[in-house]
This record gives sequence, structure tokens and C-alpha cells, in this order.
Amino acid sequence: MATKSLHKRESELANTQRQLQILSNGIFLNGELPTFKDKIAETNQFPLKAKKLEVLQINVGYMCNQVCEHCHVDAGPDRKEIMTRETMQQCLEVIKNTGAHTLDLTGGAPEMNPNFKWFVEEASKVGIKDFIVRSNLTIIKANKKYNDLPDFFKKHNVHVVSSMPHWTRGKTDKQRGDGVFDKSIEALKDLNVVGYGMPDSELRLDLVYNPSGAFLPSDQAGMEKDFKKALLEDFNIQFHNLFAITNLPISRFLDYLIASENYEDYMYNLVEAYNPAAVANVMCTNTLSVSWDGFLYDCDFNQMLELPVNSKIKHISDYNEELLEGRNIVISQHCYGCTAGAGSSCQGTVA
Amino acid sequence: MQKTYYDPSDLRKFGNITEWNEELGNKFFEYYGKVFEEGALTAREKALIALAVSHTEQCPYCIDAYTKDTLQRGVTKEEMMEAIHVGAAIKSGATLVHGVQMMNKVNKLEM
Repeated sequence: MATKSLHKRESELANTQRQLQILSNGIFLNGELPTFKDKIAETNQFPLKAKKLEVLQINVGYMCNQVCEHCHVDAGPDRKEIMTRETMQQCLEVIKNTGAHTLDLTGGAPEMNPNFKWFVEEASKVGIKDFIVRSNLTIIKANKKYNDLPDFFKKHNVHVVSSMPHWTRGKTDKQRGDGVFDKSIEALKDLNVVGYGMPDSELRLDLVYNPSGAFLPSDQAGMEKDFKKALLEDFNIQFHNLFAITNLPISRFLDYLIASENYEDYMYNLVEAYNPAAVANVMCTNTLSVSWDGFLYDCDFNQMLELPVNSKIKHISDYNEELLEGRNIVISQHCYGCTAGAGSSCQGTVA
Repeated sequence: MQKTYYDPSDLRKFGNITEWNEELGNKFFEYYGKVFEEGALTAREKALIALAVSHTEQCPYCIDAYTKDTLQRGVTKEEMMEAIHVGAAIKSGATLVHGVQMMNKVNKLEM
């Protein structure tokens, strides 16, 4: 279990250029596997183009109370990149005028941004249809000052989306750190108590499942059934939907794949599971990702690889939804992660 | 020629068997795919059976494939090991039950 981010460890992979090199060399350079560009060209889907914006995803900082082994953000307590109130103001202007139906706050642990509550209060006034906060659950139990989060989320009608890699302690703690499972269970109970995740409740509580290793997620509906049964029987916990998300080969997960000698096999798996139907609905075509410092990206993964949008509009302060629509999406081999099997996005499968 | 009988990367080439007999190869893969579809048994149950049989058949390719497949389906280590014990129990039981044949023969031969 990692205790420090790649940045703090001064790992070679903290350099995004190095990550992109790895993803373009070896089996992709020697032609053993087709590049993502060539693969989507086979079905006339290159270049991928941005459609009408539906989801505005804002990353309010990379600081986190956990240091998960698979984290594509390389988040952790040692990361200091935090969105300022000024950038949040710029985001609020955009939120007021966007045509997007979903606002999605992520991190790190977004709750650790000192202006998080103010930002949620202001953003919720706009009345956007679906207002998501991606909460890692343990933050609710990490410190007294976060204990009221379930009530706070309820007050602002926030849709809570939380990570939960497995319904057993062993698999959860191995991926996310010792004690994470027990704290997550307590946090889920707290959310249930205020009404989150209950069968007829409008307070949405969805869980995110990432495989805890070098394998792909299986059928989302089947996993949801297993999760629901186990969490209800073992802990009397309820939730609405499970999103199965594929781990993309970047950042700490890429580091793990290389160190465990699983990289090539994993890339083979992704390419073999390639599904052109998933390409049609891949999330970068309807999403825009905003970084802690206000720059714009096609998705959270491109943000972490420092691959900015291919547009004149680069920053939230110059935001123009019309000009951003129709832009060519920036791609590399990590994109195979979103097109494998039933596809993968921050909202789960897409095909 | 390769220096060992088994190469993990050969598993990826399994589909190539159709190249030398397309009709039978395709029929096999069609059958194989159908067998593992959700039916009276769930795909998860079938994967666990396959994992146990992979061990009794001592097929390294199958062990690789169904270890990964069961992990993907959220199967726990405890469930996987129990499934293998079922296979091992049948395998050892199948050996031991022949002991009756041995006993019968001894009883017949001895005065």
C-alpha cells in the first residue's frame, strides 16, 4: 500500500510526458497492438468530436485523506493543488449559464478544499438538474468537522457518488488502505440514516466499483446485484446504483501495472475488449473537465496526463460552450480503458 | 522452437486454432461461448466450476484465464480456494474409490 503520492516520491511516473511515452512505445510502437487512433479509424470514428455538453466536471483539488493504490489523480494528503475561491467564482459564472444537466465535483477528496461548503451552497442555488459530489466516504469519518456532511449533502440535494471497491474488508483495504472498509461502512450507514440510498428516496446514493487489480470489471448489473445483496445482508446498508469503472493505465495504476509486470497483459485485455459501440458514447464527447487551476480538459484522465482541450478556449475564465462544441478530442492509448467491454465512464458503463 | 512446453502469451493465440480448420474451430468457439452464457446457472457459478476443473485438468492456460475471470466477477479468494478443494476432493475421491476395486481383487485372489 502506497503512503505517498508519485509526486512526493519523485517517481519517474510523476512526469506525465513519461507516462505518455510509455503508452506510445513498446507494443504500440512495434505494431503488436494498434494505437487507439488506428483502432477507432477502423470504424470511421476518428477524430472523436465533442457533442453538446451534458456534464461539467470540476476537480476542486488533488488533496485527499487516502492514498489509493490505483488512483489516477495521484491524490493524497501530500498534494497541495487546491482550487481557489477566485477560480470557484469563475466556475460559478459558467454553472449559471451552462446547458449541461449535470454538475460533478471531484478531487482528491473535494470536501478537503476549505471553500468546498461555500462552493456547494452557491452552486446548488443555480438549480442544476443533477448535482454530484464524489465522496470517498472515509472523509465523513476522518475528522469531526466532516461528520455533518450527510446532513449538508441532504440540505443541498446533492447526489452522492462514492467509491467502494468490494463488499469485503480484505479487498477494500488492500486497494484503499487499512481501516478504509470499516470507515466506509460507518459512513454509508450515516448516509442511509438521513435518507440517502433508501429505495424510494430522492436522495441519490450511488457506488463506484473499480477492480482491485490488473483485471477488468465484469457486468455492471451483475456486480450491482452482488453488492446490494452483500451490503444489505451483512450491514443493512442500501444504495441505488453501482457504476463499474475500468482502471485506466495512467498515474499510480500505471505504476502498479509496470511494477507488477502486468502492463502488457492489461493493455492486451483492453484492446481485445475494445467495443466500437462504447466509442459512440464515450464520456469525453459530452463532458468537460475543469482542473483545480481552471484549465479545461476532455476528461479527468486527460487532465491528469496534462493533455488540454484542443480549442482556443483553454481556461474557465474564457469559457464558451459553443466554441468548445465540435472540438477534436485529444486521445492516446489510455482511452482504450473507456471503450473496453460495455465501456466505462464516471457514470459507469456506456454501451 | 520455444524452450518450454508452455508460454503464457500462447493463451492470447488460442483463437488461431481456427486458421487450420475454420469450420471446426468456429463451431468449438461458438459452443464454448454459449456454454458460459447466463443460464440455469449464473455466469459467476460457471466461472467457479471452470476454475475448479482448470485445476483438476492441470491446464495452466485455463488457470490463468479463470483466475482472472473469477476476480473480474468479484469472486473472493476464499470462494476460489473452496472451489479448488471441491475439484481436489473429487480427484482424490476418484483415486481412493478405486481402492474398493483393489480390495475386491485382493479378496478374490487371496485364499
